Amino acid sequence: MSIYIDTDKCTGCKLCLNACPYGAIIIEDGKARFTEDCVMCGACVSFCKFEAIIQARPKKEAVDTSEYQGVWVIAETHDGKFAEVTVELLGEGRKLAEALDEELALLLVGHEVEPLVPAAAAYGADKVYLVEDEALKHYRTGPFVDVMTGLINKHKPEIVLIGATSMGRDLASRIAARIGAGLTADCTGLEIDPAERLLLQTRPAFGGNIMASILCRQARPQMATVRPRVMKKPALQEGRQAEVIRKQVSLNEKAILTKIVEVIREEGAEQVNLQDAEIIVSGGRGLRAPENFAMIRELAGVLGGAVGASRATVDAGWIPAYHQVGQTGKTVQPKLYIACGISGAVQHLAGMSSSDCIVAINSDPDAPIFDVATYGIVGDLFEVVPALTAALKNEFGHQ
Amino acid sequence: MNFIVCIKQVPDTTEVRIDPETNTLVREGVPSIINPFDENAIEAALQLKEKHGGKVMVITMGPPQAEKALREAVAMGADEAILISDRAFAGSDTLATSYTLAQAIRRIGDYDLILCGKQAFDGDTAQVGPGLAEQLGIPQVTYAIEAEIEDKGLRVKRLLEDRFEVVETRLPALITCVKQMNEPRHAGLKGVMKARKAEIPTWTAEDIQADTARCGLDGSPTNVVRIFTPERGREGERLEGECSEVVHTLIQRLREAKVL
Amino acid sequence: MDFAFTEEQQEIFAAVREFCDDVLKPRAQEVDEAGEYPWDNVRQLGKLDLMGIPAPEEYGGMGLGFLEWAVIGELLSGACTTTGAIYGAHMLAEYPIMHFGTDEQKQKFLAPLATGEKIGAFGLTEPDAGSDAGNVQTRAERDGDEYILNGSKLFISNGGDAELYVIIANADPSRGMRGLTAFIVEKGTPGFDFGKDEQKMAFKSLSNRELIFTDCRVPAANILHKEKGGFRVTMQTLAVGRIGMAVGAVGLAQAAYDAAVAYAQTRVQFDQPISGFQAIQFKLADMATDIECSRLLTYQAAWRKDEGLDFEKQAAMAKVFASEACSRVCNEAVQIHGGYGYTKEYAVERYFREAKLFEIVEGTSEIQRLVIANRLLKEAKLR
Repeated sequence: MSIYIDTDKCTGCKLCLNACPYGAIIIEDGKARFTEDCVMCGACVSFCKFEAIIQARPKKEAVDTSEYQGVWVIAETHDGKFAEVTVELLGEGRKLAEALDEELALLLVGHEVEPLVPAAAAYGADKVYLVEDEALKHYRTGPFVDVMTGLINKHKPEIVLIGATSMGRDLASRIAARIGAGLTADCTGLEIDPAERLLLQTRPAFGGNIMASILCRQARPQMATVRPRVMKKPALQEGRQAEVIRKQVSLNEKAILTKIVEVIREEGAEQVNLQDAEIIVSGGRGLRAPENFAMIRELAGVLGGAVGASRATVDAGWIPAYHQVGQTGKTVQPKLYIACGISGAVQHLAGMSSSDCIVAINSDPDAPIFDVATYGIVGDLFEVVPALTAALKNEFGHQ
Repeated sequence: MNFIVCIKQVPDTTEVRIDPETNTLVREGVPSIINPFDENAIEAALQLKEKHGGKVMVITMGPPQAEKALREAVAMGADEAILISDRAFAGSDTLATSYTLAQAIRRIGDYDLILCGKQAFDGDTAQVGPGLAEQLGIPQVTYAIEAEIEDKGLRVKRLLEDRFEVVETRLPALITCVKQMNEPRHAGLKGVMKARKAEIPTWTAEDIQADTARCGLDGSPTNVVRIFTPERGREGERLEGECSEVVHTLIQRLREAKVL
Repeated sequence: MDFAFTEEQQEIFAAVREFCDDVLKPRAQEVDEAGEYPWDNVRQLGKLDLMGIPAPEEYGGMGLGFLEWAVIGELLSGACTTTGAIYGAHMLAEYPIMHFGTDEQKQKFLAPLATGEKIGAFGLTEPDAGSDAGNVQTRAERDGDEYILNGSKLFISNGGDAELYVIIANADPSRGMRGLTAFIVEKGTPGFDFGKDEQKMAFKSLSNRELIFTDCRVPAANILHKEKGGFRVTMQTLAVGRIGMAVGAVGLAQAAYDAAVAYAQTRVQFDQPISGFQAIQFKLADMATDIECSRLLTYQAAWRKDEGLDFEKQAAMAKVFASEACSRVCNEAVQIHGGYGYTKEYAVERYFREAKLFEIVEGTSEIQRLVIANRLLKEAKLR
């Protein structure tokens, strides 16, 4: 990675000064120049109207992989708390760091996020790279990518893990594209390949029909986004300490191209976040008519669970899309998943087959859903579901 | 306003079956379709064009047969289509793909908004859109459920895990579209006829002045080293008998497993 | 002789089939129960360029043939019988304007029909003139540059919802059917009103209204063909209409057959799917054969029309055979479903009721046989 200014093209217009998060550009003799603070984050490149800032990526074979050390986790925070996936990644990152005998660091970027440092340490981080700025209060692609790319370029981690959330996916591939790193999406398995000391990344592809294992041999760092709720949360080790490395940035709001105008939170029980539900009752085409989802809602209600749906029912307009479980919908991993009248198309299985316990109710004994079911009931769901609801009501009533 | 939609031809994974004998993917007879999220992107571009005027251009990087997907897009109403195809592009990962698309878009030159689907059905990475925006040095807005062009700026409502977020940014920009954004239109017969006759140029690596070291396998830092079928080895139990009996057994089992 | 569709035809039908599967089929039950004209579907037909298949491109049509029109009608009817019927009834206004209209009339009236901007209907049937078209009582009296219409029409498909009507009235009752004259009448013309919508056994959402003319003034420029030229307009339109009815019947029969096969393969009795029983297999074989015969007759009639050959006999044969075959097929489809087939739970219950329509409208089976026999005897005389 290198970055330089083409002095023939530079007009000394100072536009790039505002764009630099690190205050690392100065004007000398009417031309821009990078100071030693420059971390080659690339934030300035697209701001130059004269194409005078040139960012060049090295050929991949030219990367000295031995320069890259350590495992990093990129933190995702909401309202002063870690997203679940960040904690899961600290646990997974710890294992990888130990396998490599290297350090685990957390890259913590936000506004007033310092209080999270002790928790990061307690979940396994050896170091915390801390960047705080008012402009980083809410996640926005531009400033987050600039700040993080700068730190990655400067400190050269060997591995970077990011949650495969909407934020993580938005962020990771932009960083990877800027620095020419290899990035594997939505991993469900990570391990260190003992022979090559490389990160072996496993992920589902083709709607979960196949698994692919992926290596990144030359480019660095090796980056992966990791599917939430797949990795186990580590135990909290109270009293564990982490070294804090604070990086100052000065972000100019004017240079940030994206403004968040409004945040709308969904309300009401209907909007249950499926991914957080411990119990999900899902309905499929076997329900025959939209009004029969009432049966599914009732069973879910008794169990204190959320309502899921197959793609067919969503496509038919029986139920809003945010209920959809599957490849094009949500991936869930509840403790209990009850599939009612769902045949189990691969696209559905891809979204729920890693649930702890699966109950399938279907009239077709050959339905593929039975292949993944812990308990399979071949029968008429119009009989079984109400009977189950009634029995559970009775059961819970006696407690 | 010039709109560029990047699409991908994918196998219809809903039609994919596993061969129970060999435990491998049966790809034979699986139809190829436009990636469903990309259809939302096409629809979004067509709607914006209807409102603001301009041109919708659709591009895809893929093998020669991907031309069919482009014709389908023309049938829906796209004005022009370009196939980006070269043996040098084979084996591209998302980084190489976004580089290649960026080179093609540089050749097209004039554009205001680039639209992509949220992710592809087969790969599910969601990485090409942001990667492309980065290569072009333009802002990105992912997971768009609404997009409006106002005073030469862009206002987008994003669909996130538990909330919507409304953001504004400048043009040119890139958005990735979610399924809930719209209902992709069906091709009318005039569109079908137009698509049959449409001239669809193929651009090679040379045409887009691509550095072949950054394309295809050579330009892809990630390499797939193993493909395998996931274990579906859950030994399930069939519960049989009268309805009330079955329900009783099920509750018992769930209690034993401490699920309830 | 070639029974294969061209690549272009295949692509067109594939696009229509996709629309049918994605949009029409999932809503068909709802459309049937709503009791409301399915404007949503109808507008989409226009958007997808399906309302002017045989109309010339210069008037906004597709410039294709009646064969394409027929195959598309079959697909629509198979997905949603009501929408298919609307598509068929629309052509009864579009075709006579396309065939007999002056360039001016085509600019003004054919273009909006071909693009689906306006819906069309054909008004012939009256309380006392159904099969006996010559007995039309609606009067048209000339008054300067206008004609004054008085009388009423019954059971008119798309009636009330359509914006453009081709109306058959008698300008000279003394000459019987030689006095018939065809007029283009726009909805909203003073003196043109609608009566009650018929309550039918099926097709609840397809309008079949009474049209009432009370001193309704229509410009002479709106006469199709020529004054007292209405008989020819009527006969030609009815012949095309027969193909349309045959098409609807084939589509419906196919839908019923598909439902029956699917059910027979999943319904288990005596430890095997009922499709394993010969009694069911024979039914399925007869149903499929009936459908294939209907389809071939229908396509042949449409093809003859496109080739400029005489097609009236073939259209009548297609109509009588396809409609009666459709009733047989729907009847057996219910039978194969057993008790479930008699419930609203399954679409075959609706198919069974719908099938009867095709044996009655656009000339009953008996009229069709008369048309066929007339032709046969004429041909025998010529030999």
